Amino acid sequence: MSMIKKWGVLAVLVAGMAGVTVRANADTLLSPPSGYFNKPAVIAGAKLFAKHCSTCHAVSSLRYERLASDLGMSKASIEKDVMLPNGANYRMGMEPAMTQAEAKKWFGLPPPDLSHMVRALGVRFIYSYLQSFYWDPNRPSGWNNHLFPKVAMPNVLQPWSGIVAKNGQVMQPGRVTPAVFHQRVADIVAFLRYASDPSVFIRHKLGPYVLGLLVAFSLIAYWLKKEYWKDVHDNPSKRKK
Amino acid sequence: MANFGDWLNKRFPLRELMREHLTEYFAPKNFNFLYYTGSLLLLMIVMQFITGFLLMAHYVPTGPEAFNSVQGIMYDTRWGWLIRYMHVDGVSLIFVLLYLHIGRGMLYGSYRKPRELLWIVGYTIYILMMGEAFLGYVLPFGNLSYWAGQVITSIIQALPAVGPALAVLARGGAGIGTATLERFLALHAVLWFWIIAAAIFIHILALHQVGSNNPDGIEIKENKGADGHPVDGIPFHPYYTVKDIFGVGVWLTIFAAVIFYAPTMHGVFLERTTFSPANPMVSLPDVTPPWYLAPFYAMLRAIPNKDGGIFLMILAVVLPFFLPWLDRSPVKSSRYRPVYRAMILLLAVTFFTLAWVGEQPPLPKYFLLERGGAAIYVGFYLLLPIISRWEPTRKVPERVTS
Repeated sequence: MSMIKKWGVLAVLVAGMAGVTVRANADTLLSPPSGYFNKPAVIAGAKLFAKHCSTCHAVSSLRYERLASDLGMSKASIEKDVMLPNGANYRMGMEPAMTQAEAKKWFGLPPPDLSHMVRALGVRFIYSYLQSFYWDPNRPSGWNNHLFPKVAMPNVLQPWSGIVAKNGQVMQPGRVTPAVFHQRVADIVAFLRYASDPSVFIRHKLGPYVLGLLVAFSLIAYWLKKEYWKDVHDNPSKRKK
Repeated sequence: MANFGDWLNKRFPLRELMREHLTEYFAPKNFNFLYYTGSLLLLMIVMQFITGFLLMAHYVPTGPEAFNSVQGIMYDTRWGWLIRYMHVDGVSLIFVLLYLHIGRGMLYGSYRKPRELLWIVGYTIYILMMGEAFLGYVLPFGNLSYWAGQVITSIIQALPAVGPALAVLARGGAGIGTATLERFLALHAVLWFWIIAAAIFIHILALHQVGSNNPDGIEIKENKGADGHPVDGIPFHPYYTVKDIFGVGVWLTIFAAVIFYAPTMHGVFLERTTFSPANPMVSLPDVTPPWYLAPFYAMLRAIPNKDGGIFLMILAVVLPFFLPWLDRSPVKSSRYRPVYRAMILLLAVTFFTLAWVGEQPPLPKYFLLERGGAAIYVGFYLLLPIISRWEPTRKVPERVTS
């Protein structure tokens, strides 16, 4: 079989597999700006999260201690900026300020643990969801969401986003510019993405070394194979015993 | 050292085994890249055994704790993420290799006489692997695990007469819970795994009895030189051992790239619904199987009737067993059978299209693809006995081409 045909077969198989991986996504979710995910953004996001989200939401899988070592933050900085003053434990997972029972009483539903939320719903969903709140006087909290209708959560980011009507009309502008608002939401999403998979920084740090080592191994193995196979290609009758 | 060798070989046939299976096992010299898949599969399965053992040391098979114990491995156990990603992504990569391995056998007619048993044992391993993958899939007890467990055990329930009792036996009760996880873990890690290991052992022994086929589909044993060895054969060791080491290097590079840069492969290798805990109160909008089982799931859905769908799915799984007898052509390799080659390529495209469609929500717009795909898949096997009788063949050379 000629080389072209051989690669043709491979191309068909690869195309078939690619068909499996590429999923049609006809929705209109927003994407955070490219390059939004890096350590400074995650640190900024962790601080914003502590201030605005962890009143209600736990990230129970992620320990403060782990957060400190992954992000290169000091224990003092974590205690000051990320841990709540209600006696959260540095060695344990991130806990919310209010208890589940209180939350259930006030909102009707306990706010979900956000440990795996980004992996469960995707970066684009969370990023869009946080920017899709609109004013709805018929809801108990006064808020509704385009992406998650009748959601129990109120728009806690109102100071940044301002108040927007259902049709998109700005009823009261936010205290920060829309650009700053998008940036802060992107930081919170970056933190949640890290929280859903804290191995990400270690993986990206070790990746080049592991791949480099394996590529070097492959090159040496190829050279060895070529040496051994010389006598198969040159003189088939003289085989090694 | 020589004395120890003699001592050992009087008591254990090490030298003999080495000779029979490595240094004097003659393999055709014209293997292409598809022939790396066998040794790579063996490597991957050994890795699954090691990583699985390490995971099991931290896993708690109970309804309330299973999900948390897996997250404990991911968040709190040193290198736990690496071990789990190796195990999880390893499954998808094993199925990539399996499909290349099976596809190679079909391309070059490796299922034909005298390799019928080799094919049957190999295909049995593939079916066992699907079962092993499913059992492992339920263990992390995400919401997808729960509902996948429900769906598959309800297929068992549909079996005539023994179905309901068998489903209770499989679940360890009326529903999916701690008893299910305990028995699935025992099956996944002990019984099922060792049955697969035994089947692989038989597969390799059967291979060494009949010898490897090659891309030209020529029996190298029919053309022996003065030394009694096949002219187109070379000893497996050192030639193919060094070649396979190179294959291992390239494959591990791909494997590492997946683990370090795309461990969930955008929800294909590790689905989104596995990241929320099992919840009987929250049903999933659509329970779709992992990509490697999706073609059969698409065929299950192609007939909108539970018994009919299950029949078609079982038919699709069973048909390849009969391939050695369905093919009536005097020529083995698709290199010299243009019509057969076109059929194989169509089958491959169909199979992966079915995999794609099996991952989509059950919408009417996909029915045509599901049914058309199922018809082509089943049609391939049913028409092969007729087509292979009259299809034109090219002249097969005397010696292997390189």
